[in-house]
Amino acid sequence: MDLARTEVEPPARKGLSRGSAARLGLMALPVAFFGVFFAYPVAAIVARGLKADGAWQWGRIGDVLAQSGIQHVLWFTTWQAFASTALTLLIALPGAYVFARFDFRGKQVLRAVVTVPFVLPTVVVGTAFLALVGRGGLLDELWGVRLDTTVWAILLAHVFFNYAVVVRTVGGLWAQLDPRQEEAARMLGASRFAAWRKVTLPALAPAVAAAALMVFLFTFTSFGVVQILGGPTFSTLEVEIYRQTSEIFDLATAAVLTIIQFMAVGAILAVHAGTVRRREAALRLVDASMTARRPRGAGQWALLGAVLATVAVLLVLPLAVLVQRSFDAPGGHGFAYYRALTHDDGGTFLVAPITAIGTSLQYALAATAVAVLIGGLAAAALTRRDAGRLVRGFDALLMLPLGVSAVTVGFGFLIALDKPPLNLRGSWILVPLAQALVGVPFVVRTMLPVLRAVDERLREAASVLGASPWRVWREVDLPMVRRALLVAAGFAFAVSLGEFGATVFIARPDNPTLPVAVARLLGRAGDLNYGQAMALSTILMVVCAVALLLLERVRTDRTGEF
Amino acid sequence: MSTTKKFTAAALAAGLGLVTLSACGSSGSGGGDADSKTVTLVSHDSWAASKSVLEDFEKQSGYTVKVLKDGDAGQAVNKAILTKDNPQGDVFFGVDNTLLSRALDNGLFQPYEAKGSGLIRPEYQVDRAKHRVTPIDSGDICVNYDKKYFADHKLDPPASFGDLVEPRYKNLLVTENAATSSPGLGFLLGTAAEYGDKGWPDYWKKLKANGVKVVDGWEQAYNQEFSGSAGGKKAKGDRPLVVSYASSPPAEVIYASPKPKTAPTGVASGTCFRQVEYAGLLSNAKNTKGGKALLDFLVTKEFQEDMPLNMFVYPVVKGAQVPAEFSEFGPAAKSPETLAPAEIADNRDQWVKSWTSLVLK
Repeated sequence: MDLARTEVEPPARKGLSRGSAARLGLMALPVAFFGVFFAYPVAAIVARGLKADGAWQWGRIGDVLAQSGIQHVLWFTTWQAFASTALTLLIALPGAYVFARFDFRGKQVLRAVVTVPFVLPTVVVGTAFLALVGRGGLLDELWGVRLDTTVWAILLAHVFFNYAVVVRTVGGLWAQLDPRQEEAARMLGASRFAAWRKVTLPALAPAVAAAALMVFLFTFTSFGVVQILGGPTFSTLEVEIYRQTSEIFDLATAAVLTIIQFMAVGAILAVHAGTVRRREAALRLVDASMTARRPRGAGQWALLGAVLATVAVLLVLPLAVLVQRSFDAPGGHGFAYYRALTHDDGGTFLVAPITAIGTSLQYALAATAVAVLIGGLAAAALTRRDAGRLVRGFDALLMLPLGVSAVTVGFGFLIALDKPPLNLRGSWILVPLAQALVGVPFVVRTMLPVLRAVDERLREAASVLGASPWRVWREVDLPMVRRALLVAAGFAFAVSLGEFGATVFIARPDNPTLPVAVARLLGRAGDLNYGQAMALSTILMVVCAVALLLLERVRTDRTGEF
Repeated sequence: MSTTKKFTAAALAAGLGLVTLSACGSSGSGGGDADSKTVTLVSHDSWAASKSVLEDFEKQSGYTVKVLKDGDAGQAVNKAILTKDNPQGDVFFGVDNTLLSRALDNGLFQPYEAKGSGLIRPEYQVDRAKHRVTPIDSGDICVNYDKKYFADHKLDPPASFGDLVEPRYKNLLVTENAATSSPGLGFLLGTAAEYGDKGWPDYWKKLKANGVKVVDGWEQAYNQEFSGSAGGKKAKGDRPLVVSYASSPPAEVIYASPKPKTAPTGVASGTCFRQVEYAGLLSNAKNTKGGKALLDFLVTKEFQEDMPLNMFVYPVVKGAQVPAEFSEFGPAAKSPETLAPAEIADNRDQWVKSWTSLVLK
C-alpha cells in the first residue's frame, strides 16, 4: 500500500471537478447494481440472523468465536489457504515461465486447456479428481497411494483449479517483460542470477503477489473442493456457513461467520488492490510475441517437458477421466449416455436434460451482457490515475462477490428481492444477475490495465478539441480496448457457464443450467443417471474449452490479469 | 457540465431500465401468485411426477400446476421457513419426519384436512389434531450391499444393526455424515431408535472400531465408495456396504440398459429407518383453494401409485399398488425403526453433536 502511494500523482487540473463528476456518472450504474444485487441481499440475510427485536446482537460474535469447533474451522481455513497458495505457486510458476518465454506447438490450445478447470464447477471436476487421487485412481494403481479425504487431495485440487490464475496473471506479464533489460545487465557484468534478481524479479513481484492473493482468496473461500474431497473431517469457513445456513438453520452463527469471512476477504482484497497498482506502475513492456522463442539446450527442453508432464497429470488427466466415463456405456455403446440426454424422463427434469445446454447458453449470454455493461462502466470510472481513495476502495469492492459465500447471497436474494419494485424472485433474470456478480470482477480486472495503458494525453487532446466524454471514449478508448473487451466478455461467459453455487439456489426447476443438471443427475442412483451426468459434464467442458480457445485468438497484446 | 449530467442521467436511466426490465420479466414469466388459476408447489430437487398424472389433475381441477424445486430437502424446508410471510408457492411438499418440528414450530403451514386422508395409514398421521400436514410418502434408509462381493467371498450379507459391528464385516461399511446428509442422519436415528438414548454412542464406538468410513454426502458414499452401484463400479469403489435407501436396488435395475434380470445390490432389512414425507398448505398461500385441491390430489390413488417409480418412495394410502419392480428388487423393510418427530426434534442437535465428536474427531 505504501509503495502505491509513492506513485507520482498528477498535478490537480482545473478540469478535475468535471472529471470526477463524469466518474460519478459512470459509477452510478455499477454502484446501484452492487447495492441492489449484492450489498442489500447480503445485509438482509445477516440482519435476519443477528437482529432480534430490532436490536443488533453483536454479543453473538463473541459467543460464536469462543466455540472450539469454530476456532478449528478458522485455523484450518487459513492454514489450508496458505498451503494451497504456496503449492500452487510452486507448481504453476515454472508453467508461467514456460508459457511466457517458450514457443512451442499447441501453446494456445494448452493455455485454453489449463484454464478449463478454473471455469468448471467443482461438482463436475471434484468427481473426476477423485478418479485421480481416490481409491482405484491412477496414483492408487501405480503406487497404492490414496489421497481422498486427506488434506493432500484438497491441496492438489486447489492447484488444479488455480493453475490458470498464476499462469495467466504472472505469465501474461512475464511475456511482455523485455528480455533485453536482463541481457543488458548481464553485459554489464552481472551474473545470470543477479541479473534476474535485480531486473526481472522486481518487475514480476507485484504480479506474483497479485496472483498469490487471488489464489489465497479462492482457496480461503473454497467450498466444493473441500466438501467433495475433504470428507466430513475438514471444514472451511465457507463450508461451515453453508452448513449453519442450509442444514442446521442457525442463522445467527451463519451471520457471524459471514461477517468474519467478509472482513478477511476485505483485507485480502485491500492488499490485492495495492499490489495491482504496483503492477500497473510503469514497466517497459513489449509485445509478447517478441519474447517467446523455441527452447534451446537440454535444460530448457527438460523444463518444458517437466511442465508439460505436470499439466498432463494434474490438469488433463482428471478431465480425461470425465470424458472416458461419459463414453463407457454398457454394451460398448459409445454414445448411449449422450443419446439418453435427449429423452424426457418426465420426472427429474420435466424436460430432456439436453435442453440444459440451451438454457445455460442463454443465461450465460445474458450474464455476460450485464457483466460487460457493469464491469465496463466501472473500469472506465476507475481508469483515471487521479482516482481518489473512494474510487480505489470501489475497485476492491467490486471483487467482494468472489469472496462471499454463494449460500449467503442466494438466501439473501430470497428474502430481499421479493417485493415490488424488486419482485424478482420468480424471474429467470435472477440467475444471470447472480452470475454477473461473479463475472464483473473478471471484466474489471481484464479491462482496467488496458484502459490505464491508454495515454491520458490522447483523451485530453480529444476533449480539448471539443469531443464529448462519450465521443472521447468511442474514438480513443474503444478502438484500443476492443480486444480486451472481447476477452473480458469471453471470460465472463465461461465463468457464468460454470457458476454453480448461486445458480443452484435460484435456478428454476423446468430449466436447470448444465452444472445444476449434472448435480441433479449425480444425486440419483443408477447407471444411466451417472452416465448422463458424465456426458453433460463433458459437454460443459467442451463448451468452456471452445469459449476459452476463441479467447486465445483475440488475446490483446497487453493482457489484463486473466 | 451539461454533457456530464447527460451522461449521469443516461447511466441512471440504463440502470433503472435494467431493473424495470427484470421486474417485467418476473411478472410475465414467473410468480403467477396473483393468478388464481395457477397453483404452485414448492418442493425439493427429488420431486418428480409423471406428466400425464399432473395433466389429469389440471384437467379435473382446472388449475395449472407450477412446480418449484428448491434445493435438497433441508435447504428447501429452510427456504420455505425464511420466506413464509411471502411464500414462493401455495403447497410445500417434502418435509420429512426429521425436520417436521422445525417446520411446525415456525408456523410454516395452515390447517387443512385433505379429502381422502382417511385412507392414509394411521401410523403416518402425526398431526391428527390440527391437520397442518398430510403424509404423502414413506421411504426406508437402509444399509445396501453389493451382492457380487458377498457371493465372491462366500459371506452372508449383514441382516441387522448388530451384525455391522461383527469382525467379519470389518472395513466394509461406508456411511454419510449425519450432520450434513439426510441418509446419514437417518442411519444415526435408526441406531438411536434401536439402542436408545444411552446405548447408541456405545454402538457407534464399536462401529468405528470396526472400520466404518464416513464421507460427507450420499453421492460420494453411493457413487464413489460403494462397490455395488453403477457409479461406484466405475469409480472402483471398494466398500460393499453403504447407507442408502430401500429403493436403491430397484433404481439400479430401472436406470440400467440393458436391464439386468436381478438387482446388483440388496438391502439389509434389519438396518432400516423409516422416513415419512409430508405436504402442507403454506400459511400465507395466495391461492388457498388451489392449494387445497392439490393436497387432495396428492393423496389420491392415481398420484400415490405414480410416485414410486418417479421418486423411489412408497405410497401411504391403503390400497395403493406398489410397482412390481419394487417388490421384486427391493422388498419393503420388515420392521423399520421409527422415532416420533417430537423425539427427533428434542434430541437431533444433541445427538448429531455427540455423534460428530465421537465418530469424526
